[in-house]
Amino acid sequence: MAVNVSEPAGDDRPRSSLLYDPVFRSIIYQVLTAIIFVALIWWFWNNTLENLRRANIASGFGFLNGRAGFDVGQSLIAYTSDSTYLRALYVGFLNTLLVAFTGIVTATIIGFIVGIGRLSHNWLIAKVSQVYVEVFRNIPPLLVIFFWYKGVLAVLPQPRDSIHLPLSVFLNNRGLAFPRPIWGDGAGAIPVAFLVGIVAAILVTKWASARQARTGQPFPSGWTGFGLILGLPILTFLALGSPLSFDYPVAGKFNLSGGSVVGPEFVSLYLALSFYTAAFIAEIVRSGIRSVPKGQTEAAFALGLQSGVTTRKVVVPQALRIIIPPLTSQYLNLTKNSSLAIAIGFSDLVAVGGTILNQSGRAVEIVAIWMAIYLSISLATSLFMNWFNAKMALVER
Amino acid sequence: MSKKLLSAIIGTALLGLTAHTASATTLESVKAKGFLQCGVNSGLAGFGFPDASGNWSGFDVDYCRAVAAAIFGDPTKVKFTPTTAKERFPALQSGEIDMLARNTTWTISRDTALGFLFRAVNYYDGQGFMVRKSLNVKSALELSGAAVCVQSGTTTELNLADYFKSHNLQYNPVVFEKIEEVNSAYDSGRCDVYTTDQSGLYAVRLTLSKPDDHIILPEIISKEPLGPAVRQGDPQWFNIVSWTHYALVTAEDFGITKANVDEMLKSSNPDIKRFLGEEKDQHIGKDLGLDEKWAYNIIKAVGNYGEVFERNLGSGSQLKIARGLNQLWSKGGLQYAPPIR
Repeated sequence: MAVNVSEPAGDDRPRSSLLYDPVFRSIIYQVLTAIIFVALIWWFWNNTLENLRRANIASGFGFLNGRAGFDVGQSLIAYTSDSTYLRALYVGFLNTLLVAFTGIVTATIIGFIVGIGRLSHNWLIAKVSQVYVEVFRNIPPLLVIFFWYKGVLAVLPQPRDSIHLPLSVFLNNRGLAFPRPIWGDGAGAIPVAFLVGIVAAILVTKWASARQARTGQPFPSGWTGFGLILGLPILTFLALGSPLSFDYPVAGKFNLSGGSVVGPEFVSLYLALSFYTAAFIAEIVRSGIRSVPKGQTEAAFALGLQSGVTTRKVVVPQALRIIIPPLTSQYLNLTKNSSLAIAIGFSDLVAVGGTILNQSGRAVEIVAIWMAIYLSISLATSLFMNWFNAKMALVER
Repeated sequence: MSKKLLSAIIGTALLGLTAHTASATTLESVKAKGFLQCGVNSGLAGFGFPDASGNWSGFDVDYCRAVAAAIFGDPTKVKFTPTTAKERFPALQSGEIDMLARNTTWTISRDTALGFLFRAVNYYDGQGFMVRKSLNVKSALELSGAAVCVQSGTTTELNLADYFKSHNLQYNPVVFEKIEEVNSAYDSGRCDVYTTDQSGLYAVRLTLSKPDDHIILPEIISKEPLGPAVRQGDPQWFNIVSWTHYALVTAEDFGITKANVDEMLKSSNPDIKRFLGEEKDQHIGKDLGLDEKWAYNIIKAVGNYGEVFERNLGSGSQLKIARGLNQLWSKGGLQYAPPIR
């Protein structure tokens, strides 16, 4: 490529060719890429519509307002066969969120315990943790799900021979039945008290750290906050005169009736995803803690900090910076793995969507909805974790 | 360079947008690839299931073989695609399979919104319930509060919801995608009731660990006309698939069997001569896009409708299902073929 550099500045002759101008060329390439991209999308879209039309297959999203006509086993919201397809999808979406959220929380807790356990000086704890990690991360998640569903939960007794646990809790092969709380008058004040407790705890923490920065006096803000968050709702509950009664499960003709039931499908999916993902989180936690140089701990000890404070204020904040980015990937993996629910009949987004796909024949639309929803959940998780990561990142003063 | 590139891009884009390939008919493409790709059940005894060595057998499987025999004169020129209830429609819509013979119910929405065509009903079925004898249930109306195992994406699932709703009964659906999963869930006691088409219940009962512990309740809660389906837009192919069924029924009507079909070639009955392609200068087969021997080839390969039924579902099978509605019209059933002339 010949670049003309010999021309003096201020020359009013046109340049030999605009094509050789790097700025112009880079703009052209960007525009071309954009055009190709848009044309490709348009082509896919158009081709799909055309093919559907030629095959006489109805298309469009209008069907979502039609009557679903089928029932769903587990639902967090009111749903009957008279509800719309959209509502059915919403039921599946909430079930996916439920299993993803509870799974993430549990996997994180187990993962941190096992990860720290692997670093333990106690030989037994370290080895047990290691075996846990090696076993669970080397088995495909689907098999872990089957293990829980067919190996553990399916061998529970029939409803008539339920295992009777304390507090009217029953365990059988239809799930775990427990008394359903029925809140009385004025019970709405309890969540309000809970929120007030959270706000008060945040304020106390801020005040305590400001005071410590000013005077050097520490304040047990963690315990105070804990007491506020738990204590305020309990006090409110007692002050209202305990407005709570229970709907107890009782033996019916086929199943237990009354109370709330958590089905074995949810339980096995939740346990399997938690245990599976926890193995990966444990390794992330271990590598994160290992990455903090020993000198940091020694320096903290030299400054006279106690062991607990050293861990909380020196080691963990530095380890978290290493832990959070890969942790995000594991959270996303868990969310996506929840679609394995279909193998055991848990009504998650994919299972319900699949039923709708088949009943209405709108394959393209349903697949598009699936992709859009999983993408949204994953992006939301990523955004939150990026925010958390930025908060935890090294702040230079 | 960039001019070339640009024109190439625009050219490709325009080509992609405007050129909708003029596809060959299904018959041409089946003949070109040398075999029929047939969607069948992934594992329902009597209708479509593979044995230990991978050989398929069943009522629907024989329909695939019959169509292959009509086209190629050879019932082995067929490949089977096992499908779940959910996979079957996209498989047919996308062209992955040439026809679907998978105990599938003919409904109006499948003929319209889904873009399929049904015509021949090879099995008149109805939805029923199966329970454990130990529950002492005598009627479906006593099932309130039960956990019901059902396969997702079926008409069964919809009928179930409607039936329980209209009778004010409560139930807890336990829904699986694959029939094998439904079977194992019911067998392990995850649910009290198994519901599907009654023929399916008889087939499933055989596969349970203790078949004699289960009874099929008397109620039939729906009409389930099962039959082969094809994509819309190819009337010739639609004719071949549906007239294969009518040929099977007609053969039973005429008393033509797999054993006596060669003898029947010498028949003096003009109807039978025409049916077997022995009439002078006839063009029934040609008009269908096939050989004049198409019906002969079908019967030679799989026998007549009665033989296919008895071999897979009736007295010749473990299922021992009575002909019932699937008896010939002349014997009090519903199986009736339009004249082949």
